Amino acid sequence: MSHFRPCRREFLSLLGAGACVALTPSLAIAGATTTAYRRLLVLVELKGGNDGLNTIVPFADPRYAQLRPRIGLRRDELLLLDERTGAHPSLAPLRPLWEGRELAIVQSVGYPQANLSHFRSIEIWDTASRSDQYLDDGWLGRAFAQTPVPADFAADGVIVGSSELGPMVGRQARAVALTGAEQFQRQSKMAEVRAPSASGALGHLLKVENDVAAAGARLGGRRSFATSFPQGVFGDAVRTACQVVAQGNGVAALRLTLNGFDTHQNQPGTHANLLKQLAEGLAALRAGLVELGRWNDTLVMSYAEFGRRPQENQSNGTDHGTAAPHLVLGGRVVGGFYGAPPQLDRLDGNGNLPFAVDFRSLYATALERWWEMPSAAVLGARFPTLPLLKA
Amino acid sequence: MPNPVVRLFLCVAAGLLLACTGRAAPMGEADARHLLNRTGFGAPPQMVASYAKLSREQAVDRLLAGARSTPVLTPPSLVHEPLFRVRELGEEEKKAVQRAEFEKGVELRAWWLQEMLQTPSPLSERMTLFWHNHFVSSQQKVKSGKLMLDQNLLLRRHALGNFGELLHAVAKDPAMIIYLDAATNRKGQPNENFAREVMELFTLGEGHYGEQDVKEAARAFTGWSLERETGRFKWRPPMHDDGEKRVLGRSGNFDGDDVLDILLAQPAMAEFITGKLWREFVSPTPNAAEVKRVAERFRAAGLDIRPALRALLLTRSFWAPENRGALVKSPVDLVVGSLRTLEVSVPDALPLAFTMRNLGQDLLAPPNVRGWPGGEAWINSTTLLARKQFMERLLRNDEFVARAVRADGVEVAYEQGVQRNRQRVQQLREEFGKGPGRLEGETRMRMVQAMSDIRFDSRSWLAHFTDAAAVERALLPVAAVAMPPTTTQGIALVRAFALDPAYQLK
Repeated sequence: MSHFRPCRREFLSLLGAGACVALTPSLAIAGATTTAYRRLLVLVELKGGNDGLNTIVPFADPRYAQLRPRIGLRRDELLLLDERTGAHPSLAPLRPLWEGRELAIVQSVGYPQANLSHFRSIEIWDTASRSDQYLDDGWLGRAFAQTPVPADFAADGVIVGSSELGPMVGRQARAVALTGAEQFQRQSKMAEVRAPSASGALGHLLKVENDVAAAGARLGGRRSFATSFPQGVFGDAVRTACQVVAQGNGVAALRLTLNGFDTHQNQPGTHANLLKQLAEGLAALRAGLVELGRWNDTLVMSYAEFGRRPQENQSNGTDHGTAAPHLVLGGRVVGGFYGAPPQLDRLDGNGNLPFAVDFRSLYATALERWWEMPSAAVLGARFPTLPLLKA
Repeated sequence: MPNPVVRLFLCVAAGLLLACTGRAAPMGEADARHLLNRTGFGAPPQMVASYAKLSREQAVDRLLAGARSTPVLTPPSLVHEPLFRVRELGEEEKKAVQRAEFEKGVELRAWWLQEMLQTPSPLSERMTLFWHNHFVSSQQKVKSGKLMLDQNLLLRRHALGNFGELLHAVAKDPAMIIYLDAATNRKGQPNENFAREVMELFTLGEGHYGEQDVKEAARAFTGWSLERETGRFKWRPPMHDDGEKRVLGRSGNFDGDDVLDILLAQPAMAEFITGKLWREFVSPTPNAAEVKRVAERFRAAGLDIRPALRALLLTRSFWAPENRGALVKSPVDLVVGSLRTLEVSVPDALPLAFTMRNLGQDLLAPPNVRGWPGGEAWINSTTLLARKQFMERLLRNDEFVARAVRADGVEVAYEQGVQRNRQRVQQLREEFGKGPGRLEGETRMRMVQAMSDIRFDSRSWLAHFTDAAAVERALLPVAAVAMPPTTTQGIALVRAFALDPAYQLK
């Protein structure tokens, strides 16, 4: 941006005001696009459907202990967030973020006519569709088509720890899945930069091949971090994500996946371990991005296909549910609670929670308030945004 | 007796027809390959040579005459496990049943892929797959390998038969009943899922019916249900709403079959199906005039699929140069087509079941009721690399296996053996995703064995061709994007064309 202003002054003096009027709009759009995607969006998928009630716990509601006589958490085990709510003890690594007001907790996120199938419900989240609507492209794929990411970015988005492109599916999207940075480096050698001269099906193939080759070339570097990344799959994914951000102009969006939240049986130990990985991973992500000087322009949001049923099942676990809390963090996040606490007194016929915040409101917040672009065309309708970002 | 003008016209037309077919100009290898790629999955060089001697019309007729309504290979014998029974089991037993269902699912996919590889009528399998992607059901929701198999056999039975009969049969198919919630559609508590999809996706397409039609049709379908124990279709009269319904302008005390007949009689129906066949066989952009003509033929034949397909395959557009290479190969085209074209021996197709999933076409589990979107959506960075990796490994295999065989012959040290296993496991994971990790014991061993049994014999395959240009024509529907250096030969030449972007087209 520092180069931009003198340049513009030159335009003014060389071309005169008249020419500049014609030029300004396109320059303004190009400028806005570039700066918009300088802000990084990181999505963290809690695959399998995280148990929200044991993540952000409404301990003061007597119904909570009634619904969960065996797997419920007691007040004295929790990290207290306010007089009614506590966090799972495994989330301790996120405490500094909460206290520093960089962590927002959006409660009761869901959508109307919730679908309880993993497969279908994550498709609804990924494509930002209605429950009865089938869309091919992911919501980020549509955003990238609407407002293109600058061509000198390594890719529009990078997927870490999964081969599913999920929200980044899109014919125009330059999305790359990295199972591991090294594997990708090796595989991307099979792709070559080709002249994108053809149209139709061949044109599409050449474009994708070029995207892969370009990403392979641009994501090749290695940077060493003072941050120590936690052991394990999610810690590795966080490290890979930081490596990607460190390369050149980086990417507009990242999606990380933590697997294993489908805790139908013997939930407590498994869930504690997953939340530990999540919290340590997110804390390391923050440290790594602070080190890169990018934390203030990073927005991290968790998501999952659904929450879990309030009533514990017979196997010390929980079955598929509906609404759940999600975490939003970043250097410009206004910490605190958003949405509404789980309404345990208003369960539906299947014993599931009502939602208070449509998940597409989170997406609208990312699009409008973070990337400063219109969201209605991407999301199929206007959804209210949440005031969780500093101006 | 027609009037003289018409008679004259008929004579001229017949004369022209005779001139074309009587001469039976051989269509040549390029046309033969195009026809076989589009109607089947690739083709071995000898099959291309034999079709090349026929005229286009003769070739199309031969394909249609050879269509089958049953598989060549005996399907795996599966037993239906009623879901309600599974729900009553304890945790350990439930897990065991789920694992068994997973393996049954893999078995079933392997069987179908083997059928595609071996059948004398690839057209029958392509049409079975086409209907699978039209009348979608998924193992993900149906959760019964047996019912998915029964549906697959049903689709094949009617694949080139009569569309009306197919629609009536598939509507009462147990897997479909489960997939579109028909059993929960009851008098007074309608579930509109099936009623909506049968109009939007199976027969008419959006814009040819209203919300009220869906509501009324759902009432007509009430009473269609399943027998809990056997999973067979069951008509339950007490659940049926036998009031008056009004669907697409007609009124009566309709049941489900009546509504299907009303849909079949809609003028939009034949064109909707023809348009979909066009995108499968011809190009991504249907030619309105030709679609109309084929649809008329379809209607005139009482909705028999064979004459419609014949008309479609003999349109000008099907053969037009601009439509060669206009379609993106599906994962089935890529995998089964490559193996057939390259005459690769596949004693056991088990690993291919995972390959398909990795490439984005998990057979028997389309992503949603609309099926795989296909076309350009098949190709993204992940799937493109996975496709290339599949070809790369396949075309390395003869060297790989030769080395392994030599090594086994000379008593490899234990540590080397372990090292090889570790490499194998790593390869499995990279190439097939996490799925094979769920296989246990014998099936897992079978998987590893089956992988190394898939062999490409480059020497005998290349012996079919005289020069690099002939190899290129055999593998690519359009010219290579990047010609390999003229010194390239042997398996390296095959690899160069198979990794060229044009290889992903048909």
